[in-house]
Amino acid sequence: MAKGTLEFERPIIELEQKIEEMRKYADNLDIADEIGTLEKKVDQLRESIFTNLTRWQRVQLARHPDRPYTLDYVGMIMKDFVELHGDRRYADDKAVVGGFASLEGRTVMLIGQQKGRDTKSNLYRNFGMMNPEGYRKALRLMQLAARFGKPVITFLDTPGAYPGIGAEERGQAEAIARNLFEMSHLPVPIVATIIGEGASGGALGIGIGDRILMMENAWYSVIAPESCSSILWRSWDYKEQAAEALKLTAQDLVEQGIVDRVIAEPIGGAHRNPQKAASILKDVLIEEIDGLAKITPDKLIKKRIEKFSKMGAWKE
Amino acid sequence: MPWFRRSKQNIIAEGPKKEIPDGLWTKCNGCGEIIHRKQLEQNFFVCPKCQTHFRIGSKEYFEILLDRGSFKEMDKKMRSADPLDFKDTKPYSDRIKDTIKKTGLNDAVRTGTAAIDNHPVVIACMDFGFIGGSMGSVVGEKIARAIDKARKTERPLIIISSSGGARMMEAALSLMQLAKTSAKLAQLSDSGVPFFSILTDPTTGGVTASYAMLGDINIAEPGALIGFAGPRVIKQTIGKDLPKGFQRSEFLLEKGFVDMIVHRREMRSTLSRLLHLFQN
Ligand SMILES: [Zn+2]
Repeated sequence: MAKGTLEFERPIIELEQKIEEMRKYADNLDIADEIGTLEKKVDQLRESIFTNLTRWQRVQLARHPDRPYTLDYVGMIMKDFVELHGDRRYADDKAVVGGFASLEGRTVMLIGQQKGRDTKSNLYRNFGMMNPEGYRKALRLMQLAARFGKPVITFLDTPGAYPGIGAEERGQAEAIARNLFEMSHLPVPIVATIIGEGASGGALGIGIGDRILMMENAWYSVIAPESCSSILWRSWDYKEQAAEALKLTAQDLVEQGIVDRVIAEPIGGAHRNPQKAASILKDVLIEEIDGLAKITPDKLIKKRIEKFSKMGAWKE
Repeated sequence: MPWFRRSKQNIIAEGPKKEIPDGLWTKCNGCGEIIHRKQLEQNFFVCPKCQTHFRIGSKEYFEILLDRGSFKEMDKKMRSADPLDFKDTKPYSDRIKDTIKKTGLNDAVRTGTAAIDNHPVVIACMDFGFIGGSMGSVVGEKIARAIDKARKTERPLIIISSSGGARMMEAALSLMQLAKTSAKLAQLSDSGVPFFSILTDPTTGGVTASYAMLGDINIAEPGALIGFAGPRVIKQTIGKDLPKGFQRSEFLLEKGFVDMIVHRREMRSTLSRLLHLFQN
């Protein structure tokens, strides 16, 4: 079984493996019947597990080590991706990738947070945790896109902005704040999609858009459940409760008026069928980008600011 | 206070709190001096000996900065609606009720119109005493409306920040207040109305990563903790002690993220001068 298999995926994967083994020896019809029964069973099991996921289980899916990351989707969705590097001020932040690409003939600026898949690539990508130069690189690319009238697509997938000495020295807070400010009045369409983890200001720093989309098993909140547990419960042991309290799933965020649209994932999660996940995502992105293309920049900005102005709930 | 004189002090955030105590006499955490409350009040809640700036609330700050009787509060009754029905070790709704009772405030920011040396302004001041000055929907909305007021009346905007960050109990809705306030500031900026951001001890997390860092002019009080991540989180991440003076106002000035450090005694006259310069 794959190393990253989650506890609640285990019974499904065990059954699938059994079926596969049986297939190898399936030279007579007797076994074919048996295989059929098992296949039905695994379908039912999948259905029952994945229609009743807890919020914490979704967080685990969002962090699944086999889950497609930004560059995986770029490879499956876009053509002619030309990656651009650096913020022109300090460095090139590898925790975020960006560049022009073609989405079925439409030139877009793609910017996404990028995790690594093993120790080496995770160190290279800083686990998808951006530094100030990353936010400034993202902003530079967005403004480049704006100058040439190209729409911006962002993919959010980060456990948070990097909390380091250098990050503070170079103004992590200012870099994020500046992006929120500048993205609010960028004169081209922006579609932001939370594809995995959307942790706090670190994710939001590339997350302002005309349309906010979220994949079915992604999470998005002000803090990770573990950190929330450690602060409010004063212990790391209440992550499940914290995940429930934070109401951080795609469906929750639609109900809170933050996310516009949930993007369905193949049953079992995007990692079980990345090609299918990518093809669903691609269709949605094309639809959204085309929907925004007709709106004038002034109206786009006005509506974008109005959209975020409405968020929240209070009594008076 | 010049930063080089702070070198013997422990500057890490877990250090002693600097809120004003209720008693008549209070000990300064900077130098240990015993100070009478009256003396502290007369000295803008700053230690007369070592210049440590005590944490103060909106009530005290408005008295220090504003022309007497000029403050007209906006959205005074706005309160949290507990939109997520949040519960940790205690229901959020109870936490809100208790804090309102304890502080006499309805949430962590007060906003309104006022005058400084006869210059009309829109002003907002956060109260750290209300759930750590955390920003949920109420803070975000009140700040957003204050920005709108400044834009529509063409009055310069002043926001005095003091906050531990976004409020966890409103989760993603709190996070969206960063977006909301920054979007409103972009609009304000496009309409040419100036915004002065005053950062006081402490200003961290979501408030720093939105409006506090977006001033046309950023002004810090001396010795204030200002940053994105809290010092404890950074220390845990890197597994090393943090350098002396890290994330303090003087550090931010040195790194280029605030325009100036202004002693509380001179805050009113500094703002008055700026308002005058922007007006003429
Ligand atoms: Zn003192």
